[in-house]
Amino acid sequence: MLKLARFLSAYKKECVIGPLFKFLEACFELIVPLITAVIIDKGIKTGDTACIARMGAVMVGLGVLGLACSLTAQYFAAKAAMGFGTEVRAALFRHISKLSYSEIDDIGMPTLITRLTEDVNQAQAGVNRLIRLFLRSPFIVVGALIMAFTVDTETAFVFLAATPVIGIVIWFITAKVLPCYKTIQAVLDRVSLLTRENLTGVRVIRAFSKQSFERQRFSETCGDLCEKQRSAGQIAALLNPATSVIVNAAVIGIVFVGGLQVDAGRLSQGEVIALVNYMTQILIALIAFADLIVITTKAAASAERVAEVFALPTEPDETDKTETTKTGYPRLVFDDVSFAYKHSDVPALRDVSFSVPAGSTVGVIGGTGSGKSTLINLIARFYRPIKGKITLDGKDVRKYETEELRRKIGIVPQKAALFKGTVRDNLTWRDKNATDDDLWTALSIAQGDSFIRSRKDGLDAVIEQNGRNLSGGQKQRLTIARALVGKPEILILDDSASALDYATDARLRKAVRGETKDMTVFIVSQRVAAVRNSDLILVLDDGRIAGIGKHEDLFENCPVYRDICLSQSNDKEAA
Amino acid sequence: MKRTSLLRRLLSFTRPHLPYLGAALILACATVGLTLYAPVLTGRAIDLVAGKDAVDFTAMKKILAQIGIVVGAAALTQWLMSLCTNRITYLTVRDIRLKAFEKLQNVPLRFIDTHPHGDILSRVITDVEQIADGLLSGFTQLFTGIVTIAATIGFMLSVNGKITAFVVFVTPLSLFVANFIAKHSFSMFRQQSETRGEMTALIEETVGNMKLVKAFGREKEQAEKFDDLNRRLQNCGVKALFFSAMTNPCTRFLNGIVYTGVCLIGAVFAAAGALTVGQLSCFLSYANQYTKPFNEISGVIAELQSALAGAKRVFEIIDADEQTPDAPDAVVLTDAAGTVAFSGVSFSYSPDAKLIEDLSFSAEPGQKIAIVGTTGCGKTTLINLLMRFYDIDKGRIDIDGRNTQNITRDSLRSSFGMVLQDTWLKAGTVRDNIAYGDPDADFERVVAAAKSAHADSFIRKLPQGYDTEISEDGSNISQGQKQLLCIARVMLALPPMLILDEATSSIDTLTEIRVQKAFDEMTRGRTSFIVAHRLSTIRQADLILVMDKGRIIEQGRHDDLMAKGGFYADLHNSQFSV
Repeated sequence: MLKLARFLSAYKKECVIGPLFKFLEACFELIVPLITAVIIDKGIKTGDTACIARMGAVMVGLGVLGLACSLTAQYFAAKAAMGFGTEVRAALFRHISKLSYSEIDDIGMPTLITRLTEDVNQAQAGVNRLIRLFLRSPFIVVGALIMAFTVDTETAFVFLAATPVIGIVIWFITAKVLPCYKTIQAVLDRVSLLTRENLTGVRVIRAFSKQSFERQRFSETCGDLCEKQRSAGQIAALLNPATSVIVNAAVIGIVFVGGLQVDAGRLSQGEVIALVNYMTQILIALIAFADLIVITTKAAASAERVAEVFALPTEPDETDKTETTKTGYPRLVFDDVSFAYKHSDVPALRDVSFSVPAGSTVGVIGGTGSGKSTLINLIARFYRPIKGKITLDGKDVRKYETEELRRKIGIVPQKAALFKGTVRDNLTWRDKNATDDDLWTALSIAQGDSFIRSRKDGLDAVIEQNGRNLSGGQKQRLTIARALVGKPEILILDDSASALDYATDARLRKAVRGETKDMTVFIVSQRVAAVRNSDLILVLDDGRIAGIGKHEDLFENCPVYRDICLSQSNDKEAA
Repeated sequence: MKRTSLLRRLLSFTRPHLPYLGAALILACATVGLTLYAPVLTGRAIDLVAGKDAVDFTAMKKILAQIGIVVGAAALTQWLMSLCTNRITYLTVRDIRLKAFEKLQNVPLRFIDTHPHGDILSRVITDVEQIADGLLSGFTQLFTGIVTIAATIGFMLSVNGKITAFVVFVTPLSLFVANFIAKHSFSMFRQQSETRGEMTALIEETVGNMKLVKAFGREKEQAEKFDDLNRRLQNCGVKALFFSAMTNPCTRFLNGIVYTGVCLIGAVFAAAGALTVGQLSCFLSYANQYTKPFNEISGVIAELQSALAGAKRVFEIIDADEQTPDAPDAVVLTDAAGTVAFSGVSFSYSPDAKLIEDLSFSAEPGQKIAIVGTTGCGKTTLINLLMRFYDIDKGRIDIDGRNTQNITRDSLRSSFGMVLQDTWLKAGTVRDNIAYGDPDADFERVVAAAKSAHADSFIRKLPQGYDTEISEDGSNISQGQKQLLCIARVMLALPPMLILDEATSSIDTLTEIRVQKAFDEMTRGRTSFIVAHRLSTIRQADLILVMDKGRIIEQGRHDDLMAKGGFYADLHNSQFSV
């Protein structure tokens, strides 16, 4: 929780005012038993109704003040807590967007989503309670203790003995309950996972008619969750009875010791009642405190999970503005580059060297797992090589500022993803100021202009979340257009025509080549047809370059390439 | 009005746990009775502490011992009561969640396709947790609270009627305030809930596609969108939080008034000698105990507000329209021969955009049907209709001469093996995934299926082989490998008909050749629908459906269509024009 405390810094004022007013409220509350004592000892004993009325007025006055203080405190607590939540959310969102691909691979997107939603909410609720109660309870406990001592030192020792015992019991029970919440959270995550799976996999599940199987598993997991929640609840339920037993034992002590003191004439009856009242106040405060601890531990566990994400390193910044791009260099050079994914002993790319002149078309071909996508990801600096160097226009890609690099490269990923919004919103990702003409040009290259034109709203047609209202091929064409807007120097098509039929795919490649003369184009594909006319073909096999050259040369000299060609000869003549 | 019916509905879920509810009630009464008896005893003890040299220690010791016993017993019953309420709450919440989940499995696919998944998820997870919180405090505190109020009034009446009258008179005020606040915070909680749902959707979209966002340097823009929602959430959140937090201080103030009133009236009575000091102290402690449940009840009402807001959203799922159930006379399709006929089928996703119109064709058992056409021509829709993921608007689809509307969905779907372009695997081991169609399949069958899908060799290279866990987003294996696993999954079940949707698009060609062979074997004797880009597949097809804009514009065999020189011939030739 402390690790997130910095997000409260903008709300220092609220964090001080909130507890301060809680403190005032507590003070007013602490005076009440003394007034009761006065009423009993003076008012009742002497039959002084005027005194009783006066004291009554004082009590009402204290109540009004207490209410005012309390409302003020609640307001500031709400403001601080929501402010805290808002700031954490904003910062966490930004932090997540700065994580490197490796870190995202490592922690997994679903976890990031839960942490950004539920965990932040929990932490926020914790802050709210903390401000409201964390200081109030100790105020009351300590205050009541002090009051007890001012009333009678001997009896106050009963307070001194009872309070730590209550504290220990509370500590013991909470220490038992805490680990339970961790397990509960883990099971809840699983419930969440199963639900999500049943949404994303609904077609497969229904195709296999596995609804009852899924229901069974969901029901088992929910049953497990229920068990865990119940056993945690059983321990937590001990708290109230246990503390109430102790406090009542203390009351017995007070009456007994107080009785001795009264017998000796050192204490009045009204003061004994005041002391009993103080003990009750301590109990109420401690129970509230115990509840608070439970809520806070939940919140702390969530805060911890949030802090874990903040602790993940963001992408290293190796940018160097002093280094500039140089003319006379090839557009892109791989110099003895090797790369291995985190936690993997086997390099995904080994000793890869090649260079690409500006304006050329490069085909990248190879089997599944041969390292095609890895190679592409290295160009855009999504991952950093563990050995060797990649230069773009003579400048090490590591030294580029992210924006500068992203501006140079337009990428079409394998998986076509679009965001909720209009077509225009989705297409202007690379260039906010792109004109409609620019967009239509990109769309026509991507073979997507006709289906957009057929929509009533054209560029303003609405795309639903995940592009749900578009077919796979439509999505893919839009993602291609998206990469083309803003005329990148390098265009990367990462196996991105998989949802397109042959005819569309072919027209697309032709258009890309025809209309983007000075653009360097990388085409990653499994299909020979897609790469055979490239200026340069990189053949990858198990992370190594198995051949570089033109189609004819490779067919002649590169066995791996020839195998691929021949395997596709069913579809078309090989060479 | 709306809220009470929501609450009634929520409580109806506790019906199966009535015995525990009864036990909890009895225990609550016992707890309250014992707890309320303690101040009476304490009051008597205090009366014994009358003044200097006037303390009766023998009598006091006896009373103090009684207090000890009463308090101990109260603690025990209180704990037992908690056990009951715990049980009721968590079982109830589990049932609600199961109900929502079951509904999700019975809604038409349209529901799932058109509702943001993040939103549904937040209803099933977060909102249900909120219900649990609300119910738990409802049962533990509302319960004892009400009993305490009733019992306190009884106890007080037995001591002094006038003071009791005062206390009872002030009570409605407290309730009124709590109710007033609850009414006003409800709409704010709902607004907060809705904004949260919207935010979850944005988070799912952005964080779920973080790599893409980064690839386009869109971090800032997405963050701005997020900030906007975040600010809205902050605004309505502060209000919801503050309003609900007003309840406590307000009721506490009213409690203070009650306490003061009791003190004053009691003091006047005591001064007149109508009440002992001990009885007054007992009254004061009652005044505290009596008002405490009001404090709690109003706190509980605030929790119930968010629980009800959550319940409303969960019930929206539970109340969603189900797909039309299978007809009562629907038959179970077993060992389908595989005659499939579309006659005059029309369908569209939304009434204002016509898609498939008057579509007819038929496939004989064992035939291979290739569906080709330009992107977005309705190929995927055809699969949605074949599998009855969506029901047709007009016309009929027959399998083995029987209208599919009269076949149970489950048996219809199990008669098809399906490999979709969008590979989906479960979080679980490779083995679990392959054996998904038949979890009882022994290891040999799993390996055999993997082998025939040519997935065996890569699986063995994975860190834990067949026991390797596939993460939820499947990021630890490649797209092609995922597809191989999807194929293996179908291989294991091997139903009489097949649907292959661009199934081999991300497998490398060497593997693909082998998969193709396996497919050929698999499709032999099975009616297969193949949405294919591979002309090799298409060429061997018994029937090619050439689709354009939702209509079948040509159908026939490869050679006939080529000879015809129409759309298909163009499509085919364009492949060589690269």
